[in-house]
Amino acid sequence: MKRWRLLAWGIVALCAGFSLNISAQAADKFKVGFVYVGPVGDHGWSYQHHEGLKAVQKAFGDKVETTYAESVSEGPDAERVITQMAQKGADLIFATSFGYMNPVIKVAKRFPKVKFEHATGFKRAKNVSTYNVRFYEGRYAAGIVAGRMTKTNTLGYIASFPIPEVVMGINATYLGAKSVNPNIKLKIVWVSSWFDPGKETAAAKALRDQGVDVMFQHTDSAAPMKLAQQEGIYAIGQASDMHSFGPDAQLTSLIDSWNPYYIKRVKEAMEGTWKSEDVWGGINSGMLSFPEMNKVVPAEVAAEFKTTVDAISAGKFHPFTGPLKKQDGTPFLADGEVITDGVLASMNFYIEGVEGSLPK
Amino acid sequence: MELFTSIFVGIIIAATPLVFAAIGEVVVERSGVLNLGVEGMIIIGALAGFAFTVETGSFSLGVIASMVAGAAMAFLFAVLTQSLMTNQVATGLALTMFGLGLSALLGQGYSGKSVPTFPKVDIPYLSDLPFIGDLFFKFDILVYLSIALVIGVLWFFEKTRTGLTVRAIGDNHHAAHSIGYSVKKYRYLTIMFGGACAGIGGAYLSLVLTPLWVENMSSGRGWIALALVVFGAWQPVRAMLGAYLFGGITILQLHSQGFGITIDPQLLSMLPYLATIVVLVLISRETVKSKMRSPACLGTPFYASQ
Amino acid sequence: MLKIEQRTEPSKVMLYATPLLALILTILSGFFLFTLMGKDPLQATKMFFFEPLTSFYNISELMVKAAPLILIGLGLSAGFKAGVWNIGAEGQFTIGAIAGSAVALYFYEMEGFYILPLMCLAGMLGGMAWAAIPALLRTRFNTNEILVSLMLVYVSTLLLNVLVHGPMKDPEGMNFPQSRLFSDSALLPLLMEDGRAHIGFVVALIFVGIAWVIQERHIIGFQIKVSGQADGAAKYAGFSSKKLVWMTFLFSGGLAGLAGIFEAAGPVGQLVPALPVGYGFTAIIVAFLGRLNPVGILLGGLLMALTYIGGENAQISLNLPSATTSVFQGLLLFFLLATDILINYQIKWLSVAKPSVKSN
Repeated sequence: MKRWRLLAWGIVALCAGFSLNISAQAADKFKVGFVYVGPVGDHGWSYQHHEGLKAVQKAFGDKVETTYAESVSEGPDAERVITQMAQKGADLIFATSFGYMNPVIKVAKRFPKVKFEHATGFKRAKNVSTYNVRFYEGRYAAGIVAGRMTKTNTLGYIASFPIPEVVMGINATYLGAKSVNPNIKLKIVWVSSWFDPGKETAAAKALRDQGVDVMFQHTDSAAPMKLAQQEGIYAIGQASDMHSFGPDAQLTSLIDSWNPYYIKRVKEAMEGTWKSEDVWGGINSGMLSFPEMNKVVPAEVAAEFKTTVDAISAGKFHPFTGPLKKQDGTPFLADGEVITDGVLASMNFYIEGVEGSLPK
Repeated sequence: MELFTSIFVGIIIAATPLVFAAIGEVVVERSGVLNLGVEGMIIIGALAGFAFTVETGSFSLGVIASMVAGAAMAFLFAVLTQSLMTNQVATGLALTMFGLGLSALLGQGYSGKSVPTFPKVDIPYLSDLPFIGDLFFKFDILVYLSIALVIGVLWFFEKTRTGLTVRAIGDNHHAAHSIGYSVKKYRYLTIMFGGACAGIGGAYLSLVLTPLWVENMSSGRGWIALALVVFGAWQPVRAMLGAYLFGGITILQLHSQGFGITIDPQLLSMLPYLATIVVLVLISRETVKSKMRSPACLGTPFYASQ
Repeated sequence: MLKIEQRTEPSKVMLYATPLLALILTILSGFFLFTLMGKDPLQATKMFFFEPLTSFYNISELMVKAAPLILIGLGLSAGFKAGVWNIGAEGQFTIGAIAGSAVALYFYEMEGFYILPLMCLAGMLGGMAWAAIPALLRTRFNTNEILVSLMLVYVSTLLLNVLVHGPMKDPEGMNFPQSRLFSDSALLPLLMEDGRAHIGFVVALIFVGIAWVIQERHIIGFQIKVSGQADGAAKYAGFSSKKLVWMTFLFSGGLAGLAGIFEAAGPVGQLVPALPVGYGFTAIIVAFLGRLNPVGILLGGLLMALTYIGGENAQISLNLPSATTSVFQGLLLFFLLATDILINYQIKWLSVAKPSVKSN
């Protein structure tokens, strides 16, 4: 093992000469790093986080230096990329995908002075916060619009993988639609991929052919929206405002609005008031927003949507309120009982009325 | 009936990029060259087609651009493997890597842009036929082009002298060389033809199927196309049917989910791949009997010693 | 006029000079590319090629990244030499990781020196079993092994997904698709205290040695070479091509499987869906970069690892898009392959006035 060291030192010494001037730049700026799981051009999940980076840069101007790494796989590479960011002097690092959880915890141990923010995870430390958005709130509200707008009483849902985030989204959508339309059916197609525009299109086409006239998606490309536009049906956008892909098709969209959160956390970190927290922001946090409602939606439906959004936002209503049963009929929430965050965050069952079986 | 029609149409459309790419590769491999860079050529074609359509507003120019771009990528491969005699497997893999990277770099400005809906043809009388019209005569022009291409390639190999020469070169390049054919010239041409086909397959993906541009949108279709070539035992029509079969299984598994069939979707997603293996086994047994086999010189470099 | 002429025997000088030439050409075109993208070319080149060698951590990461590439590349090269095309090492890698992880999870929270060897054994057997499918179909039905092994890659990835969503899911992991973190007895020993370089790199080196000896000294090495060069000759020399198919597939599958479990038990420490990151495919390139020679593969693996880490560096420091890495790798390969011609052929400058006498 000593030999290894010697060899390594030799190479280090050899190369140190080449890179002397690299580390000596912009020492006084506050450095913020972002790690994305997809390319910034995906127009979905990673794109929205990158919008957050731009917002941070704009808000703090010269005082902040931002950097990012895109398409970082959630496997063996994540820990290295996060470490490299910390080594290059990042003061605050946003790791924006679930699979970065254990790598973040490991790196955070080695860099106690660097602060970490991990999106959608559940492990925290003194210098590791977690944050996520209550997307289900928006899905419930969008479900209401879809339930009112459908003529075939059939909604479609293009799903990626059966993780709790996706499952709770399906349940919330169904509950929202069901609340205004008791005859509603929700058809679910799993494409086993987060990003495959061709397959997402094919799935959307299959759903369309089976009578679906309002499409939901929990995958990252705009392909289903595009198909809805072509087929003359409706769809609910995902992650960003997909208006440009489906000007007639998009009823509303669930926009991941990371900007206010990122600006707030960077500010806190710069001022020294940053603390490790577990943030699960809903509509009222500003982390989830909606674009302007499609003109075809009747005013009373738009009003119904707004009432629901306001009620959820004010904490007066929770989409998962009893009485509710699981798909197999076992009671799950008593009348008036509200689901706990713990159960919600690890949800792996369908609500009664949702058809099909959840892949295990 | 309506559902049947739309499933049928869905299958044909989903399979068309594969048909284009596979038929191109059939010609390439028949001439004795193995180009594993199909994925890289598809994605470059997808970007070129999309970008030119956005910039010029013309689908024809977009499609032509995709062919040129695919052929240009193939030309790079041809220079390396034919003139500089590099290993074809490694060069093909490098081409895929290069194409994916280059398209992502060049295409940064185009994700989020839109193109209009690709027009469908309207054939007088035929398109209006009940059922049959919906089934066969309401596709876009590229679908018919892909089928024409398959028939054209079949005719080329079976009926033309040049086609015979290409086959001869693929089976024994030394013999072909000794009777005076320029192995290199023919192979340059077939490789570039294959590139143009892959490019147009990419354009179908970005202009008709999805229609949008995002990096990595080919999602492994180049590899499937390569599989289809062998699956079709280097016969153009069989390769096309293979593409439809593959597309069919993919579409049907999505449909079966919509109907609430309770099989794990990830197991269902394995089906097209497992089915390909099964059919491969069946075909290869038959191949031994009927003496259908791969071009003898497939993948081996040719140097004209003088 | 330029003319290419075959050398009577390969040039020893060029054998060593061409990789260097290719590297210089890549750096030159990199300069051009970076300038075109509006980045400081000197800085960017440094980031790509020298920065990864300037710290202990980065060097240890180089070993982390190179170990699986070398192991798999070695395995594949044996087959490639014999004209047996295993393109599906990625699948064998995945199944190896699954099999080894199953052992690790079975012995969860137990201690024992035997756990790790058992895991490695399971990983190798898993990879071999997956490789046995194309070998069996090829020898029994003459089915094309390129396609079968390639198709099995997709199947294995989906299988991994099914397992981490189901039976191998962490019971305390909030239903997220990943296994438990392996306990200490199931983790690979590290080479240095700070860094993730693990014993897998040493194993890879040992296999380089073994492969070299087999190739140079052993009869199997000779058989492989002969049958690759001419099928007829091999038959004439009296060894069974079926036996060779089996041997090379099992060898490459075993090594890929071993690399798979090394990846799970080393840098990652658990089974995650994103574990396969394309090493199986990159290793094909590594095998050819190294001209199917064990020592060459060692160097090729290190070089590819260098460009990956350099690419990440350039992203973080200069905000170069991640796609730059693949463009760069593509270029490097093109140049390496293209300059190879100088080994077996020489380029002669013929004056136009004196046409070659023997025109054909």
